[in-house]
Amino acid sequence: MKDFPYSESKDTRSGFGAGLHELGKTNPNVVALCADLIGSLKMDAFVKDFPERFFQVGIAEANMMGLAAGLTIGGKIPFTGTFANFSTGRVYDQIRQSIAYSGKNVKICASHAGLTLGEDGATHQILEDIGLMKMLPHMCVINPCDYNQTKAATLAIADYEGPVYLRFGRPVVPNFTPADQPFEIGKGIVLNEGADVSIFATGHLVWKAILAGKLLADKGINAEIINIHTIKPLDARLILESARKTRCVVTAEEHQMNGGLGDSIAQLLAREEPLPLEMVAVNDSFGESGTPDQLMEKYGLNETAIVAAVEKVMARKAK
Amino acid sequence: MAQPTTSETHAPDATKSVAELQQIATQVRRDIVRMVHAVNSGHPGGSLGCTELLVSLYFKVMKHTPEPFDMDGINQDLFFLSNGHISPVFYSVLARSGYFPVSELATFRKLNSRLQGHPATHEHLPGIRIASGSLGQGLSVATGAAQAKKLNGDDRTVFVLMGDGELQEGQIWEAALYAPHHKVDNLIAFVDRNGQQIDGPTEKIGGLGDLRAKFESFGWRVLEADGNQFETLLPAIEEAQSLLGQGVPVMVLMDTQMGFGVDFMMGSHKWHGVAPNDEQLAKALLQLEVEKASDY
Repeated sequence: MKDFPYSESKDTRSGFGAGLHELGKTNPNVVALCADLIGSLKMDAFVKDFPERFFQVGIAEANMMGLAAGLTIGGKIPFTGTFANFSTGRVYDQIRQSIAYSGKNVKICASHAGLTLGEDGATHQILEDIGLMKMLPHMCVINPCDYNQTKAATLAIADYEGPVYLRFGRPVVPNFTPADQPFEIGKGIVLNEGADVSIFATGHLVWKAILAGKLLADKGINAEIINIHTIKPLDARLILESARKTRCVVTAEEHQMNGGLGDSIAQLLAREEPLPLEMVAVNDSFGESGTPDQLMEKYGLNETAIVAAVEKVMARKAK
Repeated sequence: MAQPTTSETHAPDATKSVAELQQIATQVRRDIVRMVHAVNSGHPGGSLGCTELLVSLYFKVMKHTPEPFDMDGINQDLFFLSNGHISPVFYSVLARSGYFPVSELATFRKLNSRLQGHPATHEHLPGIRIASGSLGQGLSVATGAAQAKKLNGDDRTVFVLMGDGELQEGQIWEAALYAPHHKVDNLIAFVDRNGQQIDGPTEKIGGLGDLRAKFESFGWRVLEADGNQFETLLPAIEEAQSLLGQGVPVMVLMDTQMGFGVDFMMGSHKWHGVAPNDEQLAKALLQLEVEKASDY
């Protein structure tokens, strides 16, 4: 099992803030909108240095999505910022009609996704957003794993023509992605090559998959660990290549089982290469208040849960 | 695809007379009733009621370039239709001002058409800049487009039309708060105040009360006009334009009659989303006589 050294832990939302600020300097068409959550989204630096390209919308997310669609008419590249819940479920029809169906070049940037939002509880912990967004035709859906990758993804989506959903979170997590690693939309990253099982993880679960890989190595299991940061378009070639080699698959994500990464990979395998699959995800449940670590443990989204899923799926593997 | 012939289309022209606009409006009304009749679906009532507004904007007021169509519309006036169900009047006016061939009106609501039931950019119909149909979204979009113009140093104007029933949507009021706060003063919004919606008179379904007072208290400059008379509508638009650039957006509450121009369709919500039959079409066309009809 490879080692993944890191010098510090940081929040992915700060990676977004840093990327947005850099875009302010490098791309004059980039504009930003926020629904009363500048600090939470780490948009402060952009607001301070590019006030004429920042729009404070107030607590009016539906209006924010419409404004963003309108700003594209005239060549702007709007980045909207609010929590994942208010970026998707609250404004689904606005995104569907004014952005997705209208083919507008809007970047919907969503923080505090999933259980790791923590103490605020289930009203704010959306676990359905990947599913909502990936169902929209032509919507690109990205869930990076750490600070550096979120920053790189933020830069990359500015150069991509079309609507994007960029999902990130609140807690600090090990920042192990090399700072100079370019972000390629739709291209998974093989973190560790292995022969016994393929673990496809996204977002905060990527680090948990690495921790699980170490525990599995101690048990003599050689796991292939792949970071699928782009849920749509899915890197089908890489996923099938790995699955055909290891003959069994585990998916891991901070999302409902329905509609998430595991669901996309299950569809792919069912069509192309039916193989045993286990999903580490929330199983048809809302979240609740608690610390991020407590919640990830209670809802089975940590390295222990991944190890258990690997053992289960390997037992199902054809001998 | 063939370009429209000059007899069917009219270039935008600030000097156009009311008599000329009247002729265009009657031809547009002929298109509306023929389009909805042909597919036995669509929304003639609101389309007929807003004909004077769209004809005024596209043939006299707005500076715009139909061909080649440019999505960004830099240095052009832009129009957004928020109440997308009145697509027949929008399509007719776009075709007759040269955005696409008039003959294409015959494809309205049919399979593989660019003229979807509600306006869409997805099929790349020139002249459409946003999909609309699910109500309440157009004011936000128009406000964003107006702010893009400001960032671009583009001094042209953004126009948007909403239905009055549509004002029951909450997003409208989010946008109504936002635009004055952000001093979006290159925006003229129209409300088609026909007092009707699908289930009946608007005041019975979800009373809007004193719209002038509501929008004024939100910080808008508000004008009122008869929207079915060029003689009253054109001066109101001119006054609205004179109020631009003063730090506040402008709203024109336009009193109209649903179904205007066809006597048996006028003033009733019953023609909101119902197409005329053969006999009713013939009767309607008799009332819509034009000197030189150029039906598609």
